[in-house]
Amino acid sequence: MNDMTITPEDKQLLDKFLKDNQLFYIADPEIMHDHDIGPRSEEEERLLSGPTDPHLINMVRGRILAAMDEGNTMIEQMGAAPGAKWGDIVASIFTANGDLSMIAPHGVVGFAACVHYPIKYIIKYWTHEPTVGVHDGDGFIHNDPRYGGIHGTDQSCIMPVFYREKLVCWVSCTIHEGENGATEPGGMPPSAESRYDEGLKMSPFKVIENFQLRRDLVTFLQNMVRDPKLQLEDMKVKLHTCLRMRERVLAILEEFGEEALTISLRQHIEDVQEEVRRRIEELPDGTTRVLTFPDSTLRENALLKFSMAVTVKGDRMTLDFRGSSPEFINRAINCNAASLKTMLLTSYLQNVWPDLPQTMAVFGPIKMLFDEKSVLNGSFETPQPMSLIPLFKAMTIPTIPMAKLSYSLPHRYTAIVAPQYDQPGTFIYGGLTQNGENVGNFCADINGNGQGGRNHRDGEHSVSPPFAANCDIGEMEVIEEELPIVRLGAFTLTKDRVGFGKYRGGLGYEMIASTRGTDMWGFMTGCTGSLFTPSQPLFGGYGPPVYPLCKIQDINIFEQLAKNPGKIKFDMLDMMNNQTVEGGRYSTHPMAMTFELCQNGEVYMMCQGTGAGYGDVLLRDPALVIKDIEENLISHDTARDIFKVVFDSDTLIVDAEATKALRDAERKSRLKRGKPFDQFVKDFVTPEPPEYLPYYGSWDDPTVIYGTSNGKRIKMKGTEIQSMFMPNPKDEKIKALEKQLASVKAELDACRGEAKKKK
Amino acid sequence: MRVLMTENLRINLDTEMWECRHCDKVLISARDNYKRGLLAYDRDPREIHKPLLDPTKYVLTYSPDPTWCRLIEYYCPQCGVMTETEYLPPGHPPLRDMEFDIDAMKEQWKHRDEVLKEPGGKDYPRANRNRTHSGQPMARLFTGEKPA
Repeated sequence: MNDMTITPEDKQLLDKFLKDNQLFYIADPEIMHDHDIGPRSEEEERLLSGPTDPHLINMVRGRILAAMDEGNTMIEQMGAAPGAKWGDIVASIFTANGDLSMIAPHGVVGFAACVHYPIKYIIKYWTHEPTVGVHDGDGFIHNDPRYGGIHGTDQSCIMPVFYREKLVCWVSCTIHEGENGATEPGGMPPSAESRYDEGLKMSPFKVIENFQLRRDLVTFLQNMVRDPKLQLEDMKVKLHTCLRMRERVLAILEEFGEEALTISLRQHIEDVQEEVRRRIEELPDGTTRVLTFPDSTLRENALLKFSMAVTVKGDRMTLDFRGSSPEFINRAINCNAASLKTMLLTSYLQNVWPDLPQTMAVFGPIKMLFDEKSVLNGSFETPQPMSLIPLFKAMTIPTIPMAKLSYSLPHRYTAIVAPQYDQPGTFIYGGLTQNGENVGNFCADINGNGQGGRNHRDGEHSVSPPFAANCDIGEMEVIEEELPIVRLGAFTLTKDRVGFGKYRGGLGYEMIASTRGTDMWGFMTGCTGSLFTPSQPLFGGYGPPVYPLCKIQDINIFEQLAKNPGKIKFDMLDMMNNQTVEGGRYSTHPMAMTFELCQNGEVYMMCQGTGAGYGDVLLRDPALVIKDIEENLISHDTARDIFKVVFDSDTLIVDAEATKALRDAERKSRLKRGKPFDQFVKDFVTPEPPEYLPYYGSWDDPTVIYGTSNGKRIKMKGTEIQSMFMPNPKDEKIKALEKQLASVKAELDACRGEAKKKK
Repeated sequence: MRVLMTENLRINLDTEMWECRHCDKVLISARDNYKRGLLAYDRDPREIHKPLLDPTKYVLTYSPDPTWCRLIEYYCPQCGVMTETEYLPPGHPPLRDMEFDIDAMKEQWKHRDEVLKEPGGKDYPRANRNRTHSGQPMARLFTGEKPA
């Protein structure tokens, strides 16, 4: 009865039964854990083991890149999503096995870098599935990051390309669509408490047959989102972009032959890997590290630790994220490791090796380590719609350990750069527009992050999002035409909110927004960094300040402007400090706000942030400090107190000698106040995180993880992390108020008792 | 052979010591944590990131919360240059951010010339004057035509 031995025949039968009766085609861990390119196919092996013609390959590569560029431009010109208009898009091409080969030169590499996961899934599960299949004229849609993808707002259209009845490659295009039917509008809901609050979660499925969208499925998808027009328009845009790219690829095949295409796609990524190995090998062997501490789950303040260590040994590199915060089972900021890897890649391709071809193969030679159930490696059931918090960190923190590894090289591939501002600083909006349309999306201000200081010059102001170099921040006139958002202040650089340093970070800008023309409109924001400095600085610079969300409520600013147009200066500091809007209820909040309705004329204000500073402030050229005053980037006080420059307030002429004396005096003060490191550690370091801090992650030992679940602090082994469960902040607030009420009541009763006694 | 490791530090491979690039101070063994050769200071971050909103009116003012965030400054004990900075929660152990295999570095640098000045960054040419994004001024950048 208990004898479990089975014959080989039975085993075969059992395997077949299980294969034929799979309950649920969940994301395949074998695919999702492998970010490297696959082995050569038999045909690739045959073609690449013999001599190849580099001129032919180069010619074909040029033609492919031109086709991708054309595809990208088509999306940009035709796309309906705000993200598409300002560059949050990509067009890309994959080998027949599904490895990413090339992307459009102006596209977002991360968007393409994660599409190899769904393509490999389609190849593995749908090719031989009789109810699906992969045929000429088919196209697939996908957005769930658990199957590959950055986050649920990004929808990809994936199309196999057949030539003479043989699958020769795949093309795809991706747009940050925004709205996806999530629990809050805009597709990035901080209030999501489970993955079922995320809206559309599309595992890869066929939505195009015979080169046409299946209208029944399109209708189903439209019915699931707040913006059905957007859903239809952009599905059409992506289909026709894929068709154009397919047409171009077929022309290449006709002109150069199938072998030339196969060799070009594969050789391209193999060459990249060879170059990456060479670049790793020229770095010093050793380990460099960085820590960063997001200060919110977007529902409550919480201090999370993200830890990254880069180890080089010969031509091998390992990125180790162990010791980071545990995952949160009912909060939106978890991220899966496959998504994180693509954004790490973005950081490397934007800040470390920008001259390399933009493809996922760059990361093939790099190994990565995560704890299971870490917030950076969230499990399948965790909600992940605001994975942007870990992802923005992934886009920016590698610059620090990589700078410390590569500074010594005799040559540079680009400047050494301090981290860019690492928060998605933008308003996310939703509601009914003045044109009577239901929408939900985000403002393109997410693309305006300040760059970090560099080894030879200051960072650029509001240069780009950290995930792509070629995205723009949008035109207010276009936005105001479509949406009931009125930007009372836009693109004013944030004076004094600067990552100071020898070379300062580029500044962010103020966003002062209101609404008019509709009673059903609201905003939300999804940033951390209102208590703890977001981006870490480099080589003795300072990081950015922290940024609050500011509100002026219970007023209609348009009525006040009509009466007295000159009174209000659209400057956040002036409006908040001098309270120039009469009768307003003024408040500041962490920059994490779940969706709330904004009444006509109420004012919501936030900032895009500055990049971190590079180098000691006392080494900054006084002339650059004065230039910053002239450009209204810093105040006189900042020039004197932080940069220690002495100058005439009226003429701004620097007193060089007095400046030198002031800086020398400051260096002496440093020597006086600084403690020898060992003594400092003895005085500063505590054995555990302070009791009052809601702290998540390791402390002194990366294998021991702290967390607080359901109000109770726990200590876990890094190999046995459990998910954190967070109480509802409103319940917590009610609890605190009830406690307060009870104590006031008790006091009142005591008073009454006393009074009675006296009587 | 001296190898420039950061804006402020170098390693002398002959003596196997970390050195300050600004004053040549020999700090500590290159096999050790360089921070042990420096002075450290626990700064209230509000001194650098000053409140820009009136603290009597608002809790959040653009200044980090000192009960959550500390700014650790590291100084060269001889010249006082700020060699490194890091933002940490109160009591969190400072990070050992650089740890190199000195023997492997020695082998690597046997085949390289000493680099006395860091190679700098690379800027692509662009006009500093007539900053513009479009229209006639943009066209003039390419034609070289002077505005009327």
